Amino acid sequence: MANEKVGAVLVVGGGVAGIQAALDLADSGFKVYMVDDSPSIGGVMAQLDKTFPTNDCSMCILAPKLVAAGRHPNISLITNSEVLGLNGDAGNFEVKIRKRSRYINEDKCNGCGLCAQKCPVEAIDTYNKGLTDRSVVYVEFPQAVPLRFKIDREKCIGCRTCQEVCKANAVEYDQKDSEITLKVGAVILAPGFEPFDARLKSEYGYERYANVVTSIEFERILSASGPYGGIVLRPSDGEIPRKIAFVQCVGSRDAQLGNLYCSAACCMYSIKEAIIAKEHVPTKLDCTIFYMDIRAYGKEFDAYYKRAQEEYGIRFVRSRVASITEDPATGNLFVHYVGEDETPRVEEFDMVILSTGMQPPKNVEKLAKALGIKLNKYRFCETSTFTPLETSKSGVYVCGAFSSPKDIPESVAQASGAAAKAMATIAPERGKLVAVKEYPPERDVSQEEPRIGVFICHCGINIGGIVRVPEVVEYAKTLPNVVYAEENLYTCSDDTQKRIREKIKEYNLNRVVVASCTPRTHEPLFRETVREAGLNPYLFEMANIRDQCSWVHMHEPDEATEKAKDLVRSIVAKARLLKPLKNPTVNVTPVALIIGGGVSGMTAALELANQGFEVHLVEREKELGGHLRKIHYMLEGEDPQEHLQRLVKAVMENKLIHVYLGAEVVDVNGFVGNFKSKIRLNGGEEKQVEHGVVIVATGAVEYKPKEYLYGLDPRVLTQHELEEKIAKGEFNAKKVVMIQCVGARNEERPNCARICCGQAIKNALKIKELNPDAEVFVLYKDVRSYGFMEEYYREAAGKGVLFINYSDGMKPKVSNENGRLKVAFYEPVLKQEIQIEPDLVVLSAATIPNPDNKRIAEMLKVPLTKDGFFLEAHMKLRPVDFQTDGVFLCGMAHSPKFIDESIAQACAAAARAATILSKKALEMEGIVANVDEDLCSGCRICEFLCPYGAIEMIEKEGKTVAHVIEALCKGCGVCGTACPTKAIILGHFTTEEILAQVRAILREMEVAAK
Amino acid sequence: MSESQKDFEPKIVGFLCNWCAYAGADLAGVSRIQYPPNIRVIRVMCSGRIDPAFILEALKNGADGVLVAGCHLPSDCHYLSGNFKALRRVMLLKKVLKDFGVEPERVRLEWVSASEGDKFAAVVRDMVEQIKKLGPNPLKMEAKE
Repeated sequence: MANEKVGAVLVVGGGVAGIQAALDLADSGFKVYMVDDSPSIGGVMAQLDKTFPTNDCSMCILAPKLVAAGRHPNISLITNSEVLGLNGDAGNFEVKIRKRSRYINEDKCNGCGLCAQKCPVEAIDTYNKGLTDRSVVYVEFPQAVPLRFKIDREKCIGCRTCQEVCKANAVEYDQKDSEITLKVGAVILAPGFEPFDARLKSEYGYERYANVVTSIEFERILSASGPYGGIVLRPSDGEIPRKIAFVQCVGSRDAQLGNLYCSAACCMYSIKEAIIAKEHVPTKLDCTIFYMDIRAYGKEFDAYYKRAQEEYGIRFVRSRVASITEDPATGNLFVHYVGEDETPRVEEFDMVILSTGMQPPKNVEKLAKALGIKLNKYRFCETSTFTPLETSKSGVYVCGAFSSPKDIPESVAQASGAAAKAMATIAPERGKLVAVKEYPPERDVSQEEPRIGVFICHCGINIGGIVRVPEVVEYAKTLPNVVYAEENLYTCSDDTQKRIREKIKEYNLNRVVVASCTPRTHEPLFRETVREAGLNPYLFEMANIRDQCSWVHMHEPDEATEKAKDLVRSIVAKARLLKPLKNPTVNVTPVALIIGGGVSGMTAALELANQGFEVHLVEREKELGGHLRKIHYMLEGEDPQEHLQRLVKAVMENKLIHVYLGAEVVDVNGFVGNFKSKIRLNGGEEKQVEHGVVIVATGAVEYKPKEYLYGLDPRVLTQHELEEKIAKGEFNAKKVVMIQCVGARNEERPNCARICCGQAIKNALKIKELNPDAEVFVLYKDVRSYGFMEEYYREAAGKGVLFINYSDGMKPKVSNENGRLKVAFYEPVLKQEIQIEPDLVVLSAATIPNPDNKRIAEMLKVPLTKDGFFLEAHMKLRPVDFQTDGVFLCGMAHSPKFIDESIAQACAAAARAATILSKKALEMEGIVANVDEDLCSGCRICEFLCPYGAIEMIEKEGKTVAHVIEALCKGCGVCGTACPTKAIILGHFTTEEILAQVRAILREMEVAAK
Repeated sequence: MSESQKDFEPKIVGFLCNWCAYAGADLAGVSRIQYPPNIRVIRVMCSGRIDPAFILEALKNGADGVLVAGCHLPSDCHYLSGNFKALRRVMLLKKVLKDFGVEPERVRLEWVSASEGDKFAAVVRDMVEQIKKLGPNPLKMEAKE
């Protein structure tokens, strides 16, 4: 039947967004084909050194995802390939793909790299952005997935050396391009972006002057796997620079070039590059950033910006650089700009980094034509505010930078969101085309002496730059029961997983220790690896020599090295005692509880219901809608109230969604897959519901200002109140002053509230629409109209809205003098204080956390940020997950955001929830308590202490003994610690194991005196 | 006294719960907040898992100080109330320590959340200073004699 649905999805693009979408789909019962243009997956993120605002190592957090995608039984990677055409309709597409020849047989190549070692010809290394050369037969980077080589036939001289040395007979010079046709039910587009071609800004001298580099080139320079091994050097002479400049908005916010939009991520990545450069350069390094507005609008971004200024001493100059010239004798560069005092200046630098913006991917028109989708005026994928993940073609979804310039967490959230959309399209086909992963039978190691293998990670230079890794490896070899130890550039890379499996076989290892980063992020990856080699996953342990050594003792390499040895010794002592554990399985209640009935909560509810899952949606207010009820018009022109009505109607009419209004969740008990919660209904009575996941969508509230006469003078309003007035037709002011950053970016709340600049521009334009002669002044610190919003800023300025910068030292003053409302502020161009008498003063009040967050966080046992928003599992790659399994978040509960961003996150939370709800049973952690019945005296202390009621007393052979109900036990170990006869053993954290760690640490520990 | 007070570098063993304090220490790492290299961390799932016997074992084996860190009171504990159990046990242990002739200040209980990398580093810094003032662990000195 032609219109039968297909349970498979095509993902176009293998960057971080494509990978996230693929993993969510594959983990919830769908087959995924991932097509990437390049020979391996990873996209731009694989080229980055660090990520903001946590300074996490980019490859370190990406590699586990690369590996997971590479080894997932339900993801097929089709690399070095392109999509030629798409036929059919949503649910049933036929897609034609061209696989370009690698000249290497992918099935035979094992990635050993001998060919590349022997290749006599050098070609330009595109991964390192042309800063170095590489062999003609190559992989893009050592951690590449799939680790399959490719021959660059344009440069190849055909000497056939590679063919001779390849033991796998994988080299095929005569391999031809091939075409394949696949059947899929939905398509997700994640082709990413192309960095702006800096040559087009010829006044900056890129490619003419050796020491002018782009930001992505500078990422490679900063990276340990980059051209200079992570040492910051000038390309012209290999000297360490002492003074570098960053030039912002290269190819963005530029009318001359036609790129009117803001590229949204460059301010933050430049701040990050400046910080990291200062960390990498041992001598003094001066960093200057030339900017127009610093757009640090994301979660905790402003705190990072502040640290850059105060802690790292990075200089920020508000100016658009006019041109760059070179001193040919020294290779130094002269930056010509107009200073903040309006006088032209010239300053000399050793090196200049151009912060290049994002452009649509190359060949975007071809891709759009092949898929039949529309592009917007900037040639990005066309979407709209209320359907940010949908393209113009039904069944084809979009995520990441292809729909608008954006950073990694937003791309990841959109990716999960697009996955939810695809899941709903083909929901009935779930589970039909997928295979279950098979593991080799588990080796019985109970009779074996411990044979420990230790793998120590350089983490590029993150560890190896401080800790002397080879010395730690040699030390590890001397420890009892260690039969093998080695060092790795990145222990988490795909090729190292293969090595670990090989070494387990070769040395008959029965315990594995990895000394690298934190088990909180990387333990699951390595457990999976040892499991694939036939070992029980709990025969693995980790020493954290990055977060606890190299990164916190950066100036004490000796102490850091000694500490690394102590930590390895301690973990090896524990590893010796490790015992296999069994992962119990529990059934999943396929129902979701969603707290909050605003646009995020409602969207998440609908997305889950569209996939066939039941939802309990709890809203504290007496009606649905939350924040959206206060929004009456949009920048982009859509009608928000009409959308709200539609959304409410769809939710109320959906039989799978149970809506509780005027209700509150008062108690949550249980664990992933099996929660039992109490909802206090409107009437006061309580209802118990059972569910498998929780989604937190509690939103945020508008700050009630204490400043600028708010509440004291009725002519002082917030932006929401102004919008209300305009919507009711009550607006008739002729002169309006808007003040930005009220209650944000100050001592009390250091971070930006993100949406107020957009709100101010929207309301200013509305005022101009109602009365073109009205005067509007916007007093701002930075105008943060990121992405495509920039065009509205431009429009407002064009229509005569005056944007005037103020600084913290010179805040505007609002006063009421004998009934006359006055605003005084400093005008930086005229260099004098100006006083005006407006009809209205509108305060852009911050969006602040819901006051109920604290109670909800405590109830769910999830953390909050210092600002009081919910803190996700990982700021970069797990934006809608909590560290606690089965609990997710979305919308303004996470941080302030626009409607389209909340919708994307809500869809993402639904997809993440579906990865659990779609399973009949879940494999749980094997770390649970166990009772030695011979030792148990039946005293019941444990029964009384257990917070989960996981201990019951049973009669056994005439004796009362404690018994652990595994499904309820969460493995905290409180019971075992209190047990007077030590009859309770907590798996993986036994008393013997911990005591062995204590003794091992202290046996040789010395801290050098300073 | 073989180690002069001035050159004395205390050895500290830290027991951190997985969900808050260990995560806070990770955050100190990614944020590159520097602190003295005197501490060695042992990860446990919950501060309620920390048996006073672990602390005594550390002191007996020559630790000059022991840090116990978990989720903030009253309600941050991932396991509902393990932090209260840690609180009770550590308070009781401190009373007993006096009888052994060990200064109770050598054992420190702190609450560090997953977002408090700076606090973790500050606690370690402060603890190193404090124990430097106290001098080496008297149990260790006895063992040497």
